[in-house]
Amino acid sequence: MLAYILRRLLIAIGTVWVISVVSFAIIQLPPGDYVTSYIAQLMSTGSLVTQEEAENLRAQYGLDQPIYVQYAKWVWLVLQGNFGVSMEWKRPVTEVIGDRLLLTVLLALTAVIFTWILAIPIGIYSAVRQYSVGDYVFTCMGFIGLAIPNFLLALVIMYLAFAYFGASVGGLFSTEYMDAPWSLARVQDLLKHLWIPAIILSTAGSAHLIRILRANLLDELRKPYVVTARAKGLSELRAILKYPVRVALNPFISTVGYTLPYLVSGSIIVSIVLSLPTVGPLLLKALLAQDMFLAGTIVLLLGVMTVIGTLISDILLIWVDPRIRLEE
Amino acid sequence: MAEEAVLHGVETPEAHGTTDAGERVYVASQWQLMWWRFRKHHLAMAAGIVVVCFYLVALCADFLATTDPELSDAKRSLMPPQRLYWFDGWSLRPHVYAVKGARDPKTFKRVYQVDPTQKIPVHVFAHGFPYKLFGLIPMDRHLLGVGAGHEAAQTLFILGTDVQGRDLWSRLLYATRISVSIGLVGVALSLFLGVLLGGMSGFYGGWVDTLIQRLIEILRSIPTIPLWMGLAAALPRDWSILQMYFAITIIISLLGWTELARVVRGRFLALREEDFVVAARLAGCSQMRIIFVHMVPSFMSHIIAATTLALPAMIISETSLSFLGLGLRPPAVSWGVLLQQAQNVQTVAISPWLMLPAIPVIIAVLAFNFLGDGLRDAADPYGY
Repeated sequence: MLAYILRRLLIAIGTVWVISVVSFAIIQLPPGDYVTSYIAQLMSTGSLVTQEEAENLRAQYGLDQPIYVQYAKWVWLVLQGNFGVSMEWKRPVTEVIGDRLLLTVLLALTAVIFTWILAIPIGIYSAVRQYSVGDYVFTCMGFIGLAIPNFLLALVIMYLAFAYFGASVGGLFSTEYMDAPWSLARVQDLLKHLWIPAIILSTAGSAHLIRILRANLLDELRKPYVVTARAKGLSELRAILKYPVRVALNPFISTVGYTLPYLVSGSIIVSIVLSLPTVGPLLLKALLAQDMFLAGTIVLLLGVMTVIGTLISDILLIWVDPRIRLEE
Repeated sequence: MAEEAVLHGVETPEAHGTTDAGERVYVASQWQLMWWRFRKHHLAMAAGIVVVCFYLVALCADFLATTDPELSDAKRSLMPPQRLYWFDGWSLRPHVYAVKGARDPKTFKRVYQVDPTQKIPVHVFAHGFPYKLFGLIPMDRHLLGVGAGHEAAQTLFILGTDVQGRDLWSRLLYATRISVSIGLVGVALSLFLGVLLGGMSGFYGGWVDTLIQRLIEILRSIPTIPLWMGLAAALPRDWSILQMYFAITIIISLLGWTELARVVRGRFLALREEDFVVAARLAGCSQMRIIFVHMVPSFMSHIIAATTLALPAMIISETSLSFLGLGLRPPAVSWGVLLQQAQNVQTVAISPWLMLPAIPVIIAVLAFNFLGDGLRDAADPYGY
């Protein structure tokens, strides 16, 4: 078991390294650098920039050194917890990202909870009452939920809310709490806004999990131990919930690691549509402005979160399912 | 749904009990068995027809379009969809009414009014703008057009127009061409990588397998959307439509191949120990013959199913990237590019028809999923 965890840990470290290289490379890929776009910006407002000034700017940001030196410098700073300065905002990256990362994780966590609240009862119902009207309705809804990309769902819900209720569902805070310091009232306001994006994000995930849970539970329900449980006189509810459901829940644990980062990743586009103060819109803006340190940090942080999530679910899974432990 | 279809087993002609039909099952080829089984899956059959329709639309987009998709006119900006009247009195004579646009003196919004005195007949196979069918045959006939003396570009707007006054119906058809083909090209690319690497992984095993498996694991744990966004943002702004098209395809298939590789490897591993493969080996077949004559045909169908299931993800990826402004850019038209105009909720509230391109996205994704499910069930005709 220890060897298994150790191996997973090694893979996780390898992945983080690849992610760091990839996120650094992505930022280096576009032709030109931050200074080029900065100068273009200055030119468009009418000011002139001399060649010498441009070189000075490059030297100041370390853009004149070879790429591997820039990479090494960046990694060294990141290891010290210094993510550099956002060139566009002219503030430390940590400060720019600030609350946004917290809100992103919070949104994803809420979405995971919604996913489970929706998927577990519906999955059990669909399997126990196979081919009933309810089963067909849920299966149908599940397929549609899978087929509609989240950002389209966000658009439709935004349109409906706007057209029929005159309300705007965008954002995570009311205007008065937008820039207010954290307080109980602000948290309440956040919770009031959080559920709509959370539901939007959870649809595809729930549809997927319902299908897995239903298929797994159907397999389990036919096994002899369920018959034994019934023969021993257990109530139907207990005979189903106590054993087969527990086995069928395995995929929930094995997917939790993927679900969370998947939701964080998926929340990017939804956040842009709903203009939520998460890292999504920030990443898009940073990429379009070639703000290297900011974009790189966001990709890196999201990647590291994915790796940690995967690691947690791997460990959870061997803890829950002894069959995997025995294989080792 | 797919799972039970398997459990029910296949109702091949054997089930009808006649010895004649029973004989047919024994001599049927594997592909025939699969077709029989697939045919029983009505939903998948229907989905298959829808998918074929999408590709037909993509092939004949010029024929089905009523106007040049690039033709813009500020005087027709954001025109609502036109109503098509089928009957004129008691006779079937489809027509539309001419629309007059004017600027509201208070809000400065363009408002359109139907002119009931001006009837414009709508004809089938009417003359319109010239084009080349399949890029070869010069033609100017279109499925729908207006009668002589009128011009479709000025009068016929089945689904309304966008901000620049371009006909949404025609643009949607051209967008279908790009959106469904980008999925195909992307899948072809992932298939190549997936079969090559998955096959190597499954066939050789050992360190090759370990290396490829670790690579897949690492690739799969990289968050896709930020990675796509990063790569797409890195593409030069001045690339041509064709260059962008292929660059986006490469980006979305870069991560798509892992799932296919997993399927291929799994099949290879499972088949290596099968009796018929062992028999072929004992009979002295060469390695190449074992792979291509005995193993590949038996998992070909699984690959086709996996490929079909990979397509909707590709379509959604392209749509999302283009929607964010990181994928294809105008003048290229894809579903995502069209949806970009619907990004702003105020715009959508005033002109909801701009959301229409979402409908083909959803239908296409559903159809590919159902078709893939049906194919996956049919892929193993000896299974149950």
